[in-house]
Amino acid sequence: MSKPYRLSAGGSRIDRNRRVSFSFDGRQLTGFAGDTLASAVSAAGQRVFGRSFKYHRPRGVVGLGAEEMNALVGVGEGARHEPNLRATQVEIHDGLTAVSQNRWPSLTFDIGAVNNTFSRFIPGGFYYKTFMWPASFWKHVYEPFIRRAAGLGKAPEGRDPDSYEQIHVHCDVLVVGAGVAGLAAAEAAAKAGARVIIADENPVFGGLADISGGAIDGLAQADWALAKARTLASAENVHVLNRTTVVGHWHHNFLMLFERVADHDPARLRTGAPRHRLWKVRAHQVILATGAIERPIAFANNDRPGIMLASAARGMVERYGVAPGASGVLFTNNDDAYQTALVLKAAGVAVRVVDSRARADGPLPAKAREQGIPVDAGSVISAVNTSFGGLSVTDVRIASYRKGQGRVIKETRAACDFVAMSGGWNPALHLWCHNGGKIRFDDQLQTYRPDRHADRITAVGAANGSFTLASILEEASAAGSRLAGSGNVHPVPAVMQAGQQPMEPIWFAPATGKYNEGNKHFIDFQNDVTAADLELAQREGYESVEHTKRYTTFGMATDQGKTSNLNGLGVLSEATGKPIPEIGVTTFRPPYTPFSFGSMAGVLTKDLFLPIRRTAIFNWHTAQGAVFEPVGQWRRAYTYPRAGEDNHAAIAREILAVRNKVGLLDASTLGKIEIRGPDAAEFLDRMYTNVFSTLKVGKCRYGLMMNELGFLTDDGVTVRLAEDHFLMHTTSGGADRIAAWLEEWLQTEWTHYRVFVTPVTEQWSQFAIAGPRARDVLKKLAPSFDLSNEALPHMSFVEGRLGACPVRVFRISFSGELSYEVATPSGFGLGLWKAIIEAGAEFGLEPYGTEALHVLRAEKGYIVVGDETDGTTTPVDVGLDGLVSKKKADFIGKRSLEQSYLKGPNRKQLVGLLTEDPGEVLPDGAYAVRQVKDKPPMEMIGQVTSSYRSPTLGRSIAMALIENGRARMGETLSFPLPGGKVVRATITDTVFYDKEGAKLNV
Amino acid sequence: MLVVKCPVCGAEGDETDFHAGGQAHVRRPASHDPAHVSDEEQRDYLFIRINPKGLHFERWRCDRGCGKWFHAARDTVTLEFKAFYGITELPPADVIAEAKGQWAEYFAKRLKAEKQA
Repeated sequence: MSKPYRLSAGGSRIDRNRRVSFSFDGRQLTGFAGDTLASAVSAAGQRVFGRSFKYHRPRGVVGLGAEEMNALVGVGEGARHEPNLRATQVEIHDGLTAVSQNRWPSLTFDIGAVNNTFSRFIPGGFYYKTFMWPASFWKHVYEPFIRRAAGLGKAPEGRDPDSYEQIHVHCDVLVVGAGVAGLAAAEAAAKAGARVIIADENPVFGGLADISGGAIDGLAQADWALAKARTLASAENVHVLNRTTVVGHWHHNFLMLFERVADHDPARLRTGAPRHRLWKVRAHQVILATGAIERPIAFANNDRPGIMLASAARGMVERYGVAPGASGVLFTNNDDAYQTALVLKAAGVAVRVVDSRARADGPLPAKAREQGIPVDAGSVISAVNTSFGGLSVTDVRIASYRKGQGRVIKETRAACDFVAMSGGWNPALHLWCHNGGKIRFDDQLQTYRPDRHADRITAVGAANGSFTLASILEEASAAGSRLAGSGNVHPVPAVMQAGQQPMEPIWFAPATGKYNEGNKHFIDFQNDVTAADLELAQREGYESVEHTKRYTTFGMATDQGKTSNLNGLGVLSEATGKPIPEIGVTTFRPPYTPFSFGSMAGVLTKDLFLPIRRTAIFNWHTAQGAVFEPVGQWRRAYTYPRAGEDNHAAIAREILAVRNKVGLLDASTLGKIEIRGPDAAEFLDRMYTNVFSTLKVGKCRYGLMMNELGFLTDDGVTVRLAEDHFLMHTTSGGADRIAAWLEEWLQTEWTHYRVFVTPVTEQWSQFAIAGPRARDVLKKLAPSFDLSNEALPHMSFVEGRLGACPVRVFRISFSGELSYEVATPSGFGLGLWKAIIEAGAEFGLEPYGTEALHVLRAEKGYIVVGDETDGTTTPVDVGLDGLVSKKKADFIGKRSLEQSYLKGPNRKQLVGLLTEDPGEVLPDGAYAVRQVKDKPPMEMIGQVTSSYRSPTLGRSIAMALIENGRARMGETLSFPLPGGKVVRATITDTVFYDKEGAKLNV
Repeated sequence: MLVVKCPVCGAEGDETDFHAGGQAHVRRPASHDPAHVSDEEQRDYLFIRINPKGLHFERWRCDRGCGKWFHAARDTVTLEFKAFYGITELPPADVIAEAKGQWAEYFAKRLKAEKQA
């Protein structure tokens, strides 16, 4: 485990003069500046980075970058911990702490590995087959098991101490990926004058240029790339973003870019930099230069630590100066991978090549042979042997192979401690497909390539299936010039590159021993899906590839099928005998790689998460020790408890003050909409169920509003201020919705009405002064108008002054008591409120909150839309048929009320309820049942809509919607509660207090 | 995320700055002859909508801009907007010409009625 793998020389990314110390799983390690966690830990001799998802098999690093699916790690501690990062993309810095995931108790010994031994009993679709019965097992047995087994990282603990930000930008051309293709395209577009953004997920531009050999303009590829990157960075019209992943592409060229600003250098956080930045980009044109991802090969036990992609082995040596092992076997079906053999050989690492093709005689294989690298053409790896526990590779078996051969005939043993594999390259099509791009299968490359797209998006280079340097540069330069709107095509530089012979697909390498006994050909490493699982799904009838995907979970993990997708399709193709294009494809979904929740939230956290609306009296309420409740975005005073009082006692006191003396309520949140114009009255007749055109100036009327389905949506009192001028009150929560609703009908249906709708909720403070002494309080405030019952009777209105405050006074009541609602411009609000408090002191005036308000209205049987109604309740259901006009020809919802389904005999109707035990308060929402049984199901015939302890009546009261409720007066119903208790209550009228309304007209 | 342009105030922005209001050109029968609306007509008005693959006509509101409702013609496959036009208007003639199926029938009927009137 502790063999040093750092080579004595080499490593283009690392600075051997700068040592960096970090820890992995508590072990203190040292690497060099420029190392990734994967390279530094590998250099220290450690192979195992995690355990697999289902079988808990030990796993090592497979990839070089974003495609890594095994080595997922958690980085940082406590509130700064971030799970599921790919070790191949984590840059180390001094003090970095990282931990492996999905292992218990340790990486080298894992209890869950018994799943591997019993894997014969964990086939594809295991979850669906096993966790089915009995239902009671779900909560305590299955769910905890699945949650523990699904060991992808741990959430951070505590509040995130860092900041995040978002930025919205527009550009002419967004280039995704800064490899050779991306750089060439960006240069051409920039030269044509376009505003360009070029983004790449890596810290260094150039893509795979540094490990791909060849030369451009006489420079090594990597040097050419660095020179181009420098030129672009200095151009005024180009914005260059490294460490920035384009995570998704959405409609009309909307893209999100996830920039890791400070992860590699946490010192930046202390200077106020955000940790991550999310770019929301709207691009006129998008150029996808996302490159390609190497495919693994499905051979037996191809997941053992030390088995990696050929490009990863090459990158380890060339970028980080780290050998993947002491001696290795390269398993390939193409020429490109021979570059890895040559790089390994040059670094002094012993290597031999196993090539599944019958002939391997292109320039690269020839060069390998020249260098003395043994090449076995027409061969496959048929077995991988490991040390105890599968922790490291000891040797492989090499078998002769002819295309299509399913069985091992002859094999030899080769000692090695690592394997590099290459099954060819897949264009990285993820972003192309996020938003409906079509793809087509290329027989020569044996992979999918971009085809058509409805958006302005173009794929170039390897992302487009073009793998030769010449074609990459030509395509990229042409696209850059053309999409920037320039007629001149940018010159294409001269290149030098070794030619390649075609690859040959191999979807399944035959294995030593009986098929699938102890041999696992992994397709999706992260989700532990094997070739056998896919074949099983096929045999069990999951013919659609989308069904197979969900059944086996193939391609569903955080890597979104980057390495598994095509190999899976290849296996399915062989299992069904259908060519790959007929198998179909699964959908790549955003994000390309996961990005942080912090960046999604940006600055919209804490106080900025949701704006809070406060009335002009808010600070007074706070000073009085009010308890608040949220009502939409408003905070309303719920009750005002005094020292030593609990909420219940405070609410009861407030209610009795209103009933016996006088109370004051801040009703400013009530929706207020002014409706003005010659056709205002006719318009209101359309909107309300009842008639408003007959309302006299200076009078108020309670109105009901339905939607077109005939269901109640809002209610409130509307006042006629003048012949052509109304003031509509809505519920506090309905203010914005109803204003928009009125506008919609005016603009879209009755466009000829001359009416203006103006929401004025926040322009006015409004208070209810309610109780027998309400008039006495107002009299003390020097009113400029007559307050007598004759001059200002119930449901009337007057405009004037209270002392210095201009006021509109509505004599309306939601409590059943003598009540005035006084509205004053918000600027006068607090002054008037304080004046009322002072004037009311001698009459025993007390402020009351929203809970007292609700009890008071329930005692009177007044409905609250949203409590007594649920979106399927008609005015008839709540007993307000009297407010549904028979005279008006048309109003919103009228015709629907006539539909048969709303006139049926068994509608739920609003009734009052009195419990047999007056001390028992029914829970809100409790169900009435037709017949009580020992256990559910029981037939439900209605539910409690409001339920309170009434201090006025000294007992509990409730309202409920009950099937045929009005025909059941006096009937006693049963309400079974959770836990087995049954509450019995008798149906009564909904008005519990002052039925004749005598208190209103005094 | 779509880019929408308000034909009333000219504001162009993300669809989240607008409000999608469902299918356009739905006729409310009760506004015309409230006494003679059959159950079936009312059902169709409330619940039956065209769901085409291809060119479609919709209502939108300029929520964060002028607050006005307007119409849009949009291809439901490519998601391309073909036209934005006023809430009391019909689509431009060239867009009507592209309409297929139920929409083509609707516009043919509508244009004929307008000619007769």
